Amino acid sequence: MTNAIVFAILSTIKIGIVIGVLLLVIAYLIWVERKVMAHMQVRMGPMRVGWHGLLQPIADGLKLITKEDIIPANASKILFIASPAIAMVPALLSIAVIPFGDTISIMGVSIDMVITDVNIGILFILAVSSVGVYGILLGGWSSNNKYSLLGGLRSSAQMISYELSMGLSLIGVIMMTGSLSLVDTVNAQTDLWFVVLQPVAFLVYAISAIAETNRCPFDLPEAETELVSGFHTEYSSMKFALFFMAEYANIITVSAVGVTFFFGGWRGPFLPPVVWFLIKMALCIFFFVWLRSTFPRFRIDQLMQFAWKVLLPVAVVNVLITGIVMTLL
Amino acid sequence: MTIATQVMTINMGPQHPSTHGVLRLLLELDGETVVKATPDIGYLHRGIEKLAEHKTYHQFIPLTDRLDYLAPMSNNLGYALAVEKLLDIEAPKRSQYIRVIMCELTRISSHLLWLATHALDIGAMTVFFYCFRERETINDIFEMVAGARMNLSYIRIGGVARDLPDGFTEKTRDFINTFMDRLKDYETLLTKNKIWLMRTKGVGVISAEDAINYGLSGPCIRGSGVRWDVRKSEPYSSYDEMDFLVPVGENGDVYDRYLVRLEEMRQSNEIVRQAMDNLPEGEYIADIPDVALPKKEDLKQSMESLIHHFKIVTGGICPPVGEVYACVEAPKGELGYYIVSDGSKNPYRIKIRPPSFVNLEVLEKMIVGHLLADVVAVIGSLDIVLGEIDR
Repeated sequence: MTNAIVFAILSTIKIGIVIGVLLLVIAYLIWVERKVMAHMQVRMGPMRVGWHGLLQPIADGLKLITKEDIIPANASKILFIASPAIAMVPALLSIAVIPFGDTISIMGVSIDMVITDVNIGILFILAVSSVGVYGILLGGWSSNNKYSLLGGLRSSAQMISYELSMGLSLIGVIMMTGSLSLVDTVNAQTDLWFVVLQPVAFLVYAISAIAETNRCPFDLPEAETELVSGFHTEYSSMKFALFFMAEYANIITVSAVGVTFFFGGWRGPFLPPVVWFLIKMALCIFFFVWLRSTFPRFRIDQLMQFAWKVLLPVAVVNVLITGIVMTLL
Repeated sequence: MTIATQVMTINMGPQHPSTHGVLRLLLELDGETVVKATPDIGYLHRGIEKLAEHKTYHQFIPLTDRLDYLAPMSNNLGYALAVEKLLDIEAPKRSQYIRVIMCELTRISSHLLWLATHALDIGAMTVFFYCFRERETINDIFEMVAGARMNLSYIRIGGVARDLPDGFTEKTRDFINTFMDRLKDYETLLTKNKIWLMRTKGVGVISAEDAINYGLSGPCIRGSGVRWDVRKSEPYSSYDEMDFLVPVGENGDVYDRYLVRLEEMRQSNEIVRQAMDNLPEGEYIADIPDVALPKKEDLKQSMESLIHHFKIVTGGICPPVGEVYACVEAPKGELGYYIVSDGSKNPYRIKIRPPSFVNLEVLEKMIVGHLLADVVAVIGSLDIVLGEIDR
């Protein structure tokens, strides 16, 4: 009985901390992206609110909350209101199984630095993040706007195609660890990171992850120069903010999964595990921003061709080779 | 079983981020493939040609700025040349060279803005800011010369408004010396970028024959491999004394037009350098008191100048009866002015031949059968400005 109570209390505290930190990180991720991109583009970025614009995310949040919340007259109301939540919730949920540190013990109670170590962790993440597609698709569809519809169609096509190669790229690692749990995956990388053993899988994962989060150069669903703003054209106020935050939460999720699967998770010398985890995440996220300020955008047919004709075969072959090598050794 | 499908009509513009102003395109889409594209223009119509009929010849100059507002100097020059042809006068050598410097800086500035927006349309964001940095310097130079940054009205009938100011030479030389390296930066971001090549090669193709039949001009026709440049075929304003090449493409696609414009920027940079090196001494405006405005500095000393100034400004000039056509190679193509004079102080009729208007006609031919994303790439590569399409 006491164990159950301790578990409940601990879990609630952990969820509280993780959600709080996550939302703060999302807010500041937007600031970081604006600053990093600005400096790559010979400009300063936000400078007015606080020192070097440090309070900008808060100002943006306040602005979005106070904006008028418009629902287009011909929109399908229930879906229109539900879809930002459908996009946001899965993005937050998948963080639950990511380990960001070793087990620590406080006052005799050992605490895992993961909200819950599910033994099918990665399946959970893949399954939950697939639900996020519905948010975008329904949002685009229910807006009753042609640009939104096109954006929604693009994103559903894109995210479904890239999910396949993303899942397949992780299978190589899963075969080597023999476990779907993310904690086990991190523990399997004590000596060597999987990025060394599975370089092809890492490349496939990296590309699919960028496509999966709708980021440049795969940002077609919201290509503002073609589709005005894509699936969230008609959204305003906090509904828009939810879509926006979901995108960044997804970036965090795929970075976290990438770090866990290929860069040894929280493992690293000297510094505390959580710090290592955050450093690795930050580098991944920097990579995202870097790409955005470098590349032009793909076209929809090229994007689909790339997914089905290049990434998927490569991922399958990688799984095959991993299997063969593991049988022989 | 076949599923009934329907084409979707989509209204692209007049408020759309990549129709470059207020172009409205009625697109009929089958999925994302364009079936039909109908441009609808007129959202920026200000009746400039009609206004001309109620202005004196000098008063019309500021209106020409508002045609292609990204290349005001070229617009000024085209008009000034037409009126000079009507009056049968010629601007002094020094002013011709100054005009060349200004027009070529304008070409660089206009092409920079094209590159910025074209790259942004295709999704490359950083190029946009780099190009605007350079364009800012050119705007500073124009501000020194003309006092304005956008609507310059610097070129006058018979010359230019005033001589080059102090500090102009240093600033411009600084710019042309660094510009070549800056261009290399853009090229490293785009020219060999795999995604850029995928997006631009084989898109928006127009054959040389079609390009001629449609009457294209400027980089749009040169991208198809036709070596047509007014600066070479009918040299004006001492362009025959400049040594420069006219770049042409081969395939007439978006990528070739991109390469042509980049090379044109290099050539323009060279022309500016040559014109600055060989800038002759002399007057900056013709000394023909009854048609060309007297020099500003003379107004305070010479009573005759004051009288001439007063007469031209209040009464205008009355050129002989006749019809003339003069054209210049504006950044976007052949910009022509057809003036009909009935001998009075107002032009009887001014017809402007804007390059963008003619180039836009080819849009539908280029994009039918392509994807929605290609539409913005093609519009960008045609480099249209609605200011001169609608006039």
